[in-house]
Amino acid sequence: MAELMYREALNQALAEEMERDANVFLIGEEVGRYQGAFKVSQGLLDKFGSARIIDAPISELGFTGLGVGAAMVGLRPVVEMMTWNFAILAMDQIVNNAAKLRHMSGGQLRCPIVFRGPGGAGGRLSSQHSQALEANYAHFPGLKVIAPATPADAKGLLKAAIRDDNPVIMIEGERLYALKGEVPEGEHIVPIGKADVKREGKDVSIITWSRMYYFVEEAAKQLEAEGISVEILDLRTLRPLDEEAILATVRKTNRAIVVEEGWPLAGVGAQVVDIIQSKAFDDLDAPVVRVTGLDVNMSYAANLENAIQPDAPKIIAAVKKVLYREGA
Amino acid sequence: MFGGLAVASKYSKDLLLTMYRKMYLMRRFEERAGQQYGLGKIAGFCHLYIGQEAVAAGVEEAIRPDDYMLSGYRDHAQPLARGSDAGMVMAELFGRTGGYSKGKGGSMHIFDIEHHFYGGYGIVGAQIGLAAGMAFASRYRNEDRITVCYFGDAAANQGIFHETLNMAVKWKLPVLYICENNRYGMGTAIARVAAVPEIHKRGEGYGMRHEAVDGMDVLKMYEAVKDAAAYIRAGNGPVLMEANTYRFRGHSMADPATYRTKQEVEDERKNDPIPRLKDYTLKQKLAKEEEFDAIDEEVKAQVDAAVKFADESPEPDLSELWKDTIVEEGEEDVRPRERVLGVKVTKWPKYPSGQELKVTWDLEPREQAEKADKAAGLKR
Repeated sequence: MAELMYREALNQALAEEMERDANVFLIGEEVGRYQGAFKVSQGLLDKFGSARIIDAPISELGFTGLGVGAAMVGLRPVVEMMTWNFAILAMDQIVNNAAKLRHMSGGQLRCPIVFRGPGGAGGRLSSQHSQALEANYAHFPGLKVIAPATPADAKGLLKAAIRDDNPVIMIEGERLYALKGEVPEGEHIVPIGKADVKREGKDVSIITWSRMYYFVEEAAKQLEAEGISVEILDLRTLRPLDEEAILATVRKTNRAIVVEEGWPLAGVGAQVVDIIQSKAFDDLDAPVVRVTGLDVNMSYAANLENAIQPDAPKIIAAVKKVLYREGA
Repeated sequence: MFGGLAVASKYSKDLLLTMYRKMYLMRRFEERAGQQYGLGKIAGFCHLYIGQEAVAAGVEEAIRPDDYMLSGYRDHAQPLARGSDAGMVMAELFGRTGGYSKGKGGSMHIFDIEHHFYGGYGIVGAQIGLAAGMAFASRYRNEDRITVCYFGDAAANQGIFHETLNMAVKWKLPVLYICENNRYGMGTAIARVAAVPEIHKRGEGYGMRHEAVDGMDVLKMYEAVKDAAAYIRAGNGPVLMEANTYRFRGHSMADPATYRTKQEVEDERKNDPIPRLKDYTLKQKLAKEEEFDAIDEEVKAQVDAAVKFADESPEPDLSELWKDTIVEEGEEDVRPRERVLGVKVTKWPKYPSGQELKVTWDLEPREQAEKADKAAGLKR
């Protein structure tokens, strides 16, 4: 296995899938000559030409619509959002068209398309550039939503998404692009809809996804030193949720914490908690606790920005709460 | 009458009668749809095409049956012009299982992929972006197919109209945008909300071929679209066409149309495209009155049968709730006429596999990009 950066793993997935299937093309802002705003598409223009690596004007709604239309007649577009914040402009095409075409046509049409780009706080970018918007998309039937934490999952999930016959929303971690990890070469597919136990443990389950995984890992290491054994379940896919894996880990440890970067109200974590309370109530030894971003807009000031986001100390405090060791 | 046409018709009897039959089918179908709405058989929003028939009929005869087509929510008539089954369109309006979308889409979402009708869309102007994507796919595969996209005058004020026109021209996409300007976006006269109400002129800002056509004259529509389609098919890029038309009924069945006078509608009705075509054909002595009577009777019977079919079609089974949201692995697409009528549908889109397909063209040749960079003063 090679050690790759998250962005390189994505690049590899794109290149492999474009090599394998000429119906796949990439469209987005700065994906071609600029080599990608986050360098995910580095080198692809030279390799695949300008018909398949397309520099779009800054018209999120327009080029997203173009992608959906191309998918309706059998191409397999990958639409890159420079960030998911900008994709709010494109939401009509994603939600009203891509997610509903199969249904409105009574099963005549399919829409094999991937919308991908970075989400979450980028770092000192204030409120318009720092949103974790996955809950918005996880809300809609007709979409699949993936949010990988590691380079290996990023590669495997992107390959699965490109091969999927449904619209897939892929929210990458803006702060993860330079992160390195072992990535299997070649045919490495991570199935959509399958969560992954990233760390085995017995005292408490922490359910999370994307960048928050690293804060959870940091917390787990510190807790281990205190003799607390944490199991980490990385959801990886947010729609459909892997209910089986969620229930399995809760039944194992009898305590659960859900950590997400986004806001608490109607967050994905709220649904995870609902699954746990409705299907594993008798397995719980404590109420489930959520650690989320604070319910405020993101600030530019470094101290405010840090205070808004979940981190290891907040997660550790939550673990102690479900273990009834507060103040310990 | 049709101004400027010579005495000897350049149109065949077959063409004229085909257009007449289609226009009368659209008219009759919509009249019956309106009536069935009144009876409570059709619900929700229901936008009738009455008055605008010359547009769809002229377009259809001027393009190829395998050209792609999309529309907005005033979408019952265009698929009928393409050859969709009238009973199945009506059943869709009734919300019955015999409809093209099993009753899941309704009036605003008619899809008939067999006849290359890729849907009616309920968000104003959203199909404009989709059409560019379908046209892009044709270019990507080196097909000579064009995409025809209908939208209303009000859609020209949406952002997607402007964003898409820009890309369509820049990438020479084979798409014909037809703005059916019926002068009102719902209850708002276009001139009240458009800085330049002649929609086609907006093509100018994008360096796009644009023109206005008398959309109440089926032969003018036919001529204009034939010319535009040939231009587009030859690889010259998109065309923006404004068909000036008029709807004789309200925006939807829920609209009493109080924003315009009865007199205005009366005056416009004198311009009804259906009698105009009939008069022309009679004057040219290409068909006799009885032939029109026969067509009228056949169409009336066809629409009666469509209403009966829709009425007798059952509601969709509740198990349908859980179908057609996510495509499961290995799941086939539904072919409506096969599902509903049990006929073998062989004309279904088939695309080259990713291994067969060779993408050989450049969207933006490197030299062109470098030239643009240089002109912008960048050094590389």
